[in-house]
Amino acid sequence: MLFSKPMNQLQRLLLSARRVSSSPITPPPSCLLHKRLFSTSDTDASAASLPSSHQTVQTLESKASNKSRNTSSTTSLNQDELAKFSAIADTWWHSEGPFKPLHLMNPTRLAFIRSTLCRHFSKDPSSARPFEGLRFIDVGCGGGLLSEPLARMGATVTGVDAVDKNVKIARLHADMDPVTSTIEYQCTTAEKLVDEGRTFDAVLALEVIEHVANPAEFCKSLSALTIPNGATLLSTINRSMRAYASAIVAAEYILRWLPKGTHQWSSFLTPEEVTMLLQRASIDVKEMAGFVFNPITGRWLLSDDISVNFIAYGTKRSDLGDI
Amino acid sequence: MNRVLVRKLSTNVCGTKILRRACSTDVSHQVSSSGSNESITKRNPTDGPQHDIAIVGGGMVGIALAASLASKPLTKHLDVAIIDNNPLLGRKNIIEKGNPPDPRVSTVTPATISFLKDTGAWKYIQEQRHAYFDKMQVWDYSGLGYTRYNANDVHQDVLGCVVENKVLQSSQLSCVQESDLQKTIYPARLNAMDMLPSSSLTGLGEVPSTTDLFMRGRLAKLELSDGNSVYAKLVVGADGSKSQVRELAGIKTTGWNYSQNAIICTVEHTVENYTAWQRFLPNGPIALLPIGDKFSNIVWTMDPKEASDRKSMNEADFIKAVNDALDSGYGPHPETTSSRNSLSWLTGNVTISTKERFETPPKVVKLSSERMMFPLSLRHAKDYVSKRVALVGDSAHTVHPLAGQGVNLGFADACALSKAIAEGIALGTDIGEANLLKRYEAERKPANMAMMAVLDGIQKIYSVDFGPLNALRAAAFHGAHYISPLKKRIISYASGEQALPLFS
Repeated sequence: MLFSKPMNQLQRLLLSARRVSSSPITPPPSCLLHKRLFSTSDTDASAASLPSSHQTVQTLESKASNKSRNTSSTTSLNQDELAKFSAIADTWWHSEGPFKPLHLMNPTRLAFIRSTLCRHFSKDPSSARPFEGLRFIDVGCGGGLLSEPLARMGATVTGVDAVDKNVKIARLHADMDPVTSTIEYQCTTAEKLVDEGRTFDAVLALEVIEHVANPAEFCKSLSALTIPNGATLLSTINRSMRAYASAIVAAEYILRWLPKGTHQWSSFLTPEEVTMLLQRASIDVKEMAGFVFNPITGRWLLSDDISVNFIAYGTKRSDLGDI
Repeated sequence: MNRVLVRKLSTNVCGTKILRRACSTDVSHQVSSSGSNESITKRNPTDGPQHDIAIVGGGMVGIALAASLASKPLTKHLDVAIIDNNPLLGRKNIIEKGNPPDPRVSTVTPATISFLKDTGAWKYIQEQRHAYFDKMQVWDYSGLGYTRYNANDVHQDVLGCVVENKVLQSSQLSCVQESDLQKTIYPARLNAMDMLPSSSLTGLGEVPSTTDLFMRGRLAKLELSDGNSVYAKLVVGADGSKSQVRELAGIKTTGWNYSQNAIICTVEHTVENYTAWQRFLPNGPIALLPIGDKFSNIVWTMDPKEASDRKSMNEADFIKAVNDALDSGYGPHPETTSSRNSLSWLTGNVTISTKERFETPPKVVKLSSERMMFPLSLRHAKDYVSKRVALVGDSAHTVHPLAGQGVNLGFADACALSKAIAEGIALGTDIGEANLLKRYEAERKPANMAMMAVLDGIQKIYSVDFGPLNALRAAAFHGAHYISPLKKRIISYASGEQALPLFS
C-alpha cells in the first residue's frame, strides 16, 4: 500500500512530519516519514554532516531534532555516537568483524565499478591499471576499503570521511603498501571540498547517502565535485519491505552482522528517488544494478534485482544550467 | 626479446632434494644486485631483488603457471622468479629427435590440452614427439570382464595424448621466454622462507626499501642455497611431493604410502599402437601407453620386492615378463560377449565401443630405455594456501598413477591459480592476500580430493584377490562397458571436462 506508486509516496513525504525516534527497532512507518528528501530550507545542517560509517545514524537523528544550524560537522556530532563508532573503527580491516558484509560485498561492487568506469573513460578493461591518470574521490571512505583497490587499479584517489578515526585507520592501512600509500586521505566533508573548488573525474559515494540528513544537498555536492561529463557512482539500500527484512531485521537482529541501529529504514532511498535527486543535481543516471547475497556460497552477486542493495552510475551533464 | 637472466653462480647440484628446516633467519645477507626489472620501487643496491611471484620448482606445473600468467593480459606485466636447482633450466633445450622416448611421460587429458593451447605451449609440443590415442581397454587378470572406451563415445577425436615430461616442460618454458613476462631464473635450492606479520610503513619515507617492506610483512623472504635472498609478494610451491615450501610454511599433510613401487620404461613393438591398455594384476596394474613411432611406455605397479627383482633382471626375461603381464599370464582373456545383448533396449543409445571386441595388446619386442623405479604414495596437504603461500601440483596432492591423472590435476591447479590471480588484479587486490588465495583453494580442493578418493578407491579394490570381490569387479567392468551413460560420464570425468565425479 505504501509503495504502490512513487507519486503517493512523494506526496506523503511532502506532507509528513519529521520522524523523531530513538528506539532501536524501527518498524516501517506507516505515516511518519520525515522530509529528508525535500527540505529546501537550509543546507547547512544537512550537507555538512557526511559520516561514512553506519553508527552515526543516531547522531543525525538527534542532530536534526536539535534543529542545529551548525555548518561544521564535527562539533555537532553526538560525542556518544562518535565514541561508540571509534571503538569499532579499529575493526574496519577485520574481515570477520562488524564490517564483514562490506568486505564480502567489496569484490562485487568493484567489478561493477571497474566495468562501468572502463566503459565511461574508454579504457581497456583487460589492462591491469586502467585508471592511470584519472582522479577519483571516495566520499565517506571509512577505512579505505574502496579507495585502496581503486588506487591499485591506477587511479589517483582522494578519500574523505567526516570521522577522524576512520581517516587515521585508513591512512595506517594504506601506508602498508607502496602502491596505496599515494592515496590522499582527509577528514572533511564533500561540501567543504566543493567550497575549495576541487573537482574529480569520478565521484564515488557508496553506502553513504542513507546516513545523510539531507540527501538532496548531498547529491548537489557530489555533482559539484564532478567535472562535466564525469562519472558519479552512488550505492545505497532500497526502501522496500524486502530491504527491511534483510538489511535491518536479518542483518542487525538475526545474523547480527551489523550493530543494531546501524540503519534506519526510513532513511533508505528508492531507486526512483535517487534518480530524481541526481537528475536535479545535473547527473543523468545511466545504469543501475543490484547486489544479491547468496547465503549458501556466502558470496554477493551482481544482478538486476534492485530491491535491496543497489548501485547507480550517472554522468554529469556538460551544460551547467541551474537545476 | 629474450629477457631471461640466468644467474651464473656456483650452485649445490644434488640428485635428490634433501629437506632442510629453516635454520637461518639472518636478515643481513650481502647480495649482489641482480639487475632484474623493478617497476614500482627503486631498490637500495644492498637489498635482495623483489618480485611479485616466486615459483619454487621449475617442473611441468611450475612453468605452466608462469606460462599461464604470461598469456593473460591482466597478469603478463608481473615480475616472476623461478627457483629451481636444475642448472639446465632456462637454457635452450634441444631435444634430439632421433632418440627413443624418455621413460618419464605423462598422459595429458583433453582439458589439459586446451589449457596448453591457451598458454600457447601446444604448438611447441606438436613439433616434438607426441601420441594421441583414441581407444582404451581396461581388464583384469580374472578374465571375467573388460571395458573398452572410444573417443567417439563422447563425440571427440581423442581420449588423450601421451607426451614426454621434458617436452611438456621445455615447451612451456619456450612460451615463457618469448612472452613479455619479466622473469628471472635462480638455479638454486630453497633453504629458508620467512614471513613477518603486517605492520604499518609509516615513517619509512617515500620509497621503502625491500628489507623494510619485508620487515613490515609485505613481502616474503626466500633464502637460497647459493647465499642469495629473494623477496616476493607471493610464493608458489610447485616443488613436488616432497615440497620444501609446504614444509617451511608449516602446512600439514595426510596420506599413506602404498606398499607398491612402479617400474617405468620404454618398449618397442613391431606395429603401431593407438590404444591405451591397462590390465589389473593381483599385485598392481600394468599400463601400456603409446608414445608414437611404434614405441610405448610401460608403467607397472607391483610390490617392492618384485619391483627390485624386475628392475635388475636381464632384458629378455623382463620382456617376457611384460608380455606375460599384458597378455598370457595370470589368467584367461575375457570373452568378447556377443554384441546382440538381450538388454540392449535398456542401455539405450549404445556407444561404439560397446560393440568392440576384446583385443590383445601388441607384443613387446624390445626394451628401449633403462628401467626406473619409484615408490608410490598418496599425500594431500591439509591447506593449499597460507599467508603469502600457495601450493600447486604434487606439493598439494600426490596420487597413484593408475589413471594417469596426477599431472593433469597439477595443470588444473596452475590454471585455477592464475585465474584467481588475474581476477584479484582486476579487482585491485594485493596478490598475496588471503581471500584471493582462498578462492583458488575453494575451487581446486574439492575437485582434487574427489579424484584422489576415486583413485584410492580403485587402488584398494584391486589389491584384494577374493572371489566375490572379483565377481563384483567383473560386474563393474560390464557395467562400465555396457551402460553408455555411465561410460560417457567416466570418460568425461577422466578427460577433465568434469571437475567432480558426481554432481557437476
